[in-house]
Amino acid sequence: MNANDTCKMVNIYLYTRYERFWHWLQSALIIILLATGFETNGVYTLFGFKNAFDVHNFIGITWLIAFAFFVFWIFTTGEWRQYLPTTKKMLLVVRYYLYGIFRGDPHPVPKRKDAKHNPLQRLVYLSLAAFLLPVQMLSGLLYWSYNSWSAWGLGWMSLNVVAAVHLAGGFAILSFLIVHLYMITTGHSLGAHTRAMICGWEEVEAREGIEEWEIKSRAKNPV
Amino acid sequence: MKRLKIAGNILLALWMLGFYVHPLSASPGTADGAQAPGRGMAQQATKGAKRWITADHTKHEALKQPFSSGPEVTKACLSCHSEAATQIHKTIHWTWVDPASPKDKPMGKGALTVNNYCVSIHGNEPRCTSCHIGYGWKDKTFDFSDVSKVDCLVCHEQTGTYKKHPAMAGNPAKEPVVFPGDGQKYLPPEWNQVAQSVGRPTRENCGVCHFYGGGGDMVKHGDLDSSMTKPNKALDVHMGIDGKNFDCTRCHTTAAHQVAGRIYSTPAATGRTTLAQDDLTPRITCESCHTATPHKPGVKANDHTDKVACQTCHISEFARALPTKMRWDWSTAGQKKDGKPYKEKGPLGPPVYDTQKGNFTWEKNVRPQYFWYSGRIDAVSFKDPIDPTKPVALNWPVGRPDDPNARIAPFKVHTGKQPYDTVNKTMLVPHLFGPPDSDAYWAKYDWKIALESGMKKAGLAFSGQFDFVETSYVFPTTHMVAPKEKSVSCNECHTRDNSRMANIQGVYLPGRDGNKVIEILGWAAVLGSFAGVLLHALGRAVSSRRKEG
Repeated sequence: MNANDTCKMVNIYLYTRYERFWHWLQSALIIILLATGFETNGVYTLFGFKNAFDVHNFIGITWLIAFAFFVFWIFTTGEWRQYLPTTKKMLLVVRYYLYGIFRGDPHPVPKRKDAKHNPLQRLVYLSLAAFLLPVQMLSGLLYWSYNSWSAWGLGWMSLNVVAAVHLAGGFAILSFLIVHLYMITTGHSLGAHTRAMICGWEEVEAREGIEEWEIKSRAKNPV
Repeated sequence: MKRLKIAGNILLALWMLGFYVHPLSASPGTADGAQAPGRGMAQQATKGAKRWITADHTKHEALKQPFSSGPEVTKACLSCHSEAATQIHKTIHWTWVDPASPKDKPMGKGALTVNNYCVSIHGNEPRCTSCHIGYGWKDKTFDFSDVSKVDCLVCHEQTGTYKKHPAMAGNPAKEPVVFPGDGQKYLPPEWNQVAQSVGRPTRENCGVCHFYGGGGDMVKHGDLDSSMTKPNKALDVHMGIDGKNFDCTRCHTTAAHQVAGRIYSTPAATGRTTLAQDDLTPRITCESCHTATPHKPGVKANDHTDKVACQTCHISEFARALPTKMRWDWSTAGQKKDGKPYKEKGPLGPPVYDTQKGNFTWEKNVRPQYFWYSGRIDAVSFKDPIDPTKPVALNWPVGRPDDPNARIAPFKVHTGKQPYDTVNKTMLVPHLFGPPDSDAYWAKYDWKIALESGMKKAGLAFSGQFDFVETSYVFPTTHMVAPKEKSVSCNECHTRDNSRMANIQGVYLPGRDGNKVIEILGWAAVLGSFAGVLLHALGRAVSSRRKEG
């Protein structure tokens, strides 16, 4: 997309070092888990079942441990507020991606330091971080510990169900990944979002009053 | 100072990583020298087994007297070992009847068991009982309570020269005679020599019958044949003469002549006891010596032992040295060449056609079939009704996925085609072996006469109407344990494509099993996402070009 000439661009420091490290670590872990997980499920043969299985378990446990650090980080820094869902401007954002983006309209909710997620992202990332990923980790952990179920008093559980939940989660994450990989090209330039996630700085439109969008949102007409 | 701190951090990180990675590196096949605990346990349990005895049988006067028959030798044995024969009389080796089977339907070779080899011993005793540990079981009149009829020598003689004649009801030849069945000359034993040679049974002793079941070498078990007399380690890690060199009785431990092992519906062992828990437990199961978690800590195979028998992974193929018979079709028997019975050699060596017996199929390096197995094998008797509209399982492994004692175990499945009564819907006993003027099939080649004679000798009813039906018969595969490098690999079972576990139900097998609904919905979501972003990208490309244009 071409940068909108009428807008002044400013460089802001959006993502801290830990945030960027966590993003890339998690993305690597998830991609490895998807590749080895679908092989373990029998979709294809790439590394061989045993290797895929071993790597999947190892990376899965690694993810679980690393995720605990992320949870610690998000609560101690107060960054959890970035994930609070809102309906304000939600329809505008949806409308932007369905319509405005093709006309070169400016994004209705540009990023800024303490509101780096637009309402749609808030909802998606909240579902991801608070629901889909934990469900995937929990079902994975249960799957992994299958042989201890009866010792833990979980003998009533069905491996078929746990495996099905884990597989469904895998498909959901793969779908997310595809959409996510595409969405990072929708910044003011194709590489802007990616650059921000690598070095932390992103060029965003500096529009007046934007800092108070949460209050003033309805007064503006971005189209 | 700062540089030192960074270096320290790196070292700490490496140390933690190493600590963390360690459990994974302990997978089988790693060259780290340490061996699996189950192997160590078994080596401790079996090392230093120097067996010793306090008798030299060549010095016993009782064994120096002149002998002219087996029972005379037995009496001499019993003059010291006074209880040996009465012990033998209680074993299935003597009765050929499962002591645990119901009295109204006794099972065993000596009772109502049906197989798909020579089917039954009834009427065929003189031939079949050449593998009985007794002398003279030629028909129903044999006296099972006669202590002198026990053949001590066949299990205990160590010269290797003692041979029972194949068709003299368990007796050795009285004078040199050629058996037409194999063209070999059978000599009367040097009685004093064989009697004075006695010792504990070796592979050779057990093998003279158990390697030659079903009328010849390689016929029956698939994991027991003459190649197991002197196997190498590659064929059997325990019995290999270049390895542990175990005799059969090393695992088939024996108490009062009762040899440990499965007897039809009675499992070889009901518990999962190791020698560490009970030093007198029979060593008949793998776990007796190797424990239930024999592999290195963290190795997934330890998690399999609750559902998968050791043999399943450790015997990937049976009949690895010699071929084994996989099919016997009696329905084609009786064809002659130039009016004479004939045999036709097959590509693996043994015959694929024999006028007396019909068509055979032989196979080598056979991949077993797998079933849930609790150690019991149940069977059809000659009194049980059968359904001839589909293949009749003459015996089958008993076991259910939810039975904690059942595990997935490997089997040889021998198929066949054999006579059944089309009116009474029962399996039939053919009288096969007999002199030329008898009613035996191998005398007159007339099925009806042979079946009437066989059923009469077995004391069973026959309508006179018969046909041939497909049958199957299973043997547990438990010998020929291969070196660990030859174990079945994960992906031979955990695969959607020709899995060894293809017919195993009642367990979710990752890699083989999935969830059709979730897979369809999942791929729809993935493809939908892909199509969506593709269309969106196309829209952006078109609109931006239009603006530029």
